[in-house]
Amino acid sequence: MTSPLIKVDHLTRVFDVSKPWLNRVIERESKQYLRAVDDVSFEINKGETLALVGESGSGKSTIAKMLVGLLKPTSGSVLFDGHPIRMDTSKDMQQLRKRFQMIFQSPYASLNPRWKVTDIIAEPMIVLDVEKDRIQIKKRVEKLLELVGLSGKEGNKFPHEFSGGQRQRIAIARALSANPEFIVCDEPTSALDVSVQAQILNLMRDLQDELGLTYLFISHDLSVVRHMANRVGVLYLGALEEVADSEALFKTPKHPYTRMLLDAVPDLEMTGRKRKEITGEIPNPINPPSGCTFHPRCPYAEKRCKIEKPKLLETDSGAAACHFV
Amino acid sequence: MTTPLLSVKDLVIEFPTRHGPLTAVDGVSFDLSAGEILGVVGESGAGKSLTGSAIMGLLDPPGRIASGEIWLKGHRIDNLSHDDMRSIRGKRIGMVFQDPLTSLNPLYTVAEQLIETIRTHMKVNERDARTRAIGLLDDVGIPAAGRRIDDYPHQFSGGMRQRVVIALALAAEPELVIADEPTTALDVSVQAQIIDVLKEQCTERGASIILITHDMGVIAETANRVAVMYSGRIVEIGPVKSIIQKPLHPYTKGLMGSIPTLTQADDRLTQIPGSMPRLVDIPAGCAFNPRCDQVFEKCRIERPFLIPEESRKVACWLSKEAIASKDVK
Repeated sequence: MTSPLIKVDHLTRVFDVSKPWLNRVIERESKQYLRAVDDVSFEINKGETLALVGESGSGKSTIAKMLVGLLKPTSGSVLFDGHPIRMDTSKDMQQLRKRFQMIFQSPYASLNPRWKVTDIIAEPMIVLDVEKDRIQIKKRVEKLLELVGLSGKEGNKFPHEFSGGQRQRIAIARALSANPEFIVCDEPTSALDVSVQAQILNLMRDLQDELGLTYLFISHDLSVVRHMANRVGVLYLGALEEVADSEALFKTPKHPYTRMLLDAVPDLEMTGRKRKEITGEIPNPINPPSGCTFHPRCPYAEKRCKIEKPKLLETDSGAAACHFV
Repeated sequence: MTTPLLSVKDLVIEFPTRHGPLTAVDGVSFDLSAGEILGVVGESGAGKSLTGSAIMGLLDPPGRIASGEIWLKGHRIDNLSHDDMRSIRGKRIGMVFQDPLTSLNPLYTVAEQLIETIRTHMKVNERDARTRAIGLLDDVGIPAAGRRIDDYPHQFSGGMRQRVVIALALAAEPELVIADEPTTALDVSVQAQIIDVLKEQCTERGASIILITHDMGVIAETANRVAVMYSGRIVEIGPVKSIIQKPLHPYTKGLMGSIPTLTQADDRLTQIPGSMPRLVDIPAGCAFNPRCDQVFEKCRIERPFLIPEESRKVACWLSKEAIASKDVK
């Protein structure tokens, strides 16, 4: 059996959201903590796309940041090809950093407006010491631009001269420049229009086939996830509620929350499928409900759900955290 | 024939610049009958929000209506004075915007904002206005409305806030509600609730809705008719069902194909090459011609007008009517 490329083990991140010390003393309040990611474990195999879906505040982006070493986990670990990911600048970590990259949500915020596109794309090669020769770098930048569907000559322009979709292409070229194996994509298309989104999604899939990339794809849009992922993980209030193969998850969702999310997707084919009325909203993550955090919105909730937190148990197609699966 | 509730005729919106005016909305015309829900879709920059703002008389200068007319129930409203327009806005046209946090005033309680709106447009005393406000909040599904009415906007969650905004829009029993991306800032599980409330409450009061959104799924579920906009023009307008199931304009076809669906997974998405032209260089003829895969000579020279075909209108030289009237080829 091959070992997974990424192994996330009991990953937890707690943020201190307390008021300043003086306020706490005067108002007699204790410290407040927010469990953004709560004991999440999953694996990603080489060449596959794992998608994480969830609504705002479910901890998707926090997981992404911990995976690439931008944020320190409170507990738990991330193993990349057997090596632990840390936040230091040790030799091992430098070697490891070459092998993964990240694409962010807004291509307006993630590209430095004062740098030329060539410099933006060349930066990872220089920083990570992948290529030193200037001429080689220039050649590679041109090749990368063509790979993502732009012309090699456009490197002399600044980011503001490009449209949103083109900027996201530049961000993808930058992510590819150090020849990574693994790319974390944090909502890569949610700032884009649908027709441009289609271009970017197609491009990302082509690149995956061509370069054998592994993706962690984070999104709140289930139809996009359906299109991109081999496996899907559903997050709710920082905890993984269900993980399953994409096919199975969309056909036979096990967890009530997954079912609810699927029901909430507008029916474009107008089959007359009635959208189920979903009640309630995501509770405050600082003070989450007891037991199963989903129980106040769950149509099947019973006494047990309010008291006991369900464990992520294996099902025939993956795993789900519900007492009734 | 009855006069439509709202009638927009050849609306042109321009932004003057040093290099001459930019036309952001170019010859948009449509009618809306009472009780109807019209969806307006398009990508960013297509001019859908500007069209909505123009109807409400809320175009931000320097943008201005360069030509065209807007009629509300037989009265022209695009040339009204600031004060006259104020008495229509809120009273006869209600508005729901994208971000409920910015469309509510954070310094006033929900009660104060609702009562102010009600008393501006109706002759009622404070007490009756408050009763009415509580009734409105109840209608839009805010639990314990009587207690929550004295809360500030920040004490409500995103979805609840948008319900408050809907209550505000409906406060003076408007005939028309313009909802500009009402669900874009919300989570998926809440979106459905808000759309339902909006639709249900407007239908109950007999108000028409113009629903501006980029989300075809929302339109499919809500609207009776849909207008597809591209580069400031309507390219296709007609009943929702026929346009979604059998789009005729090449742009609409591309748009529908580029939306990933839950049922089919592995095939590639259809993609429209390129992107929408910038306002400074909208191509001659059909604005879509550089991206269209069926483009021919005439598309580059002459701009297509909305030609009736089947139950709808399409602005394309490939439509059957255009081909039949032998001036093509």
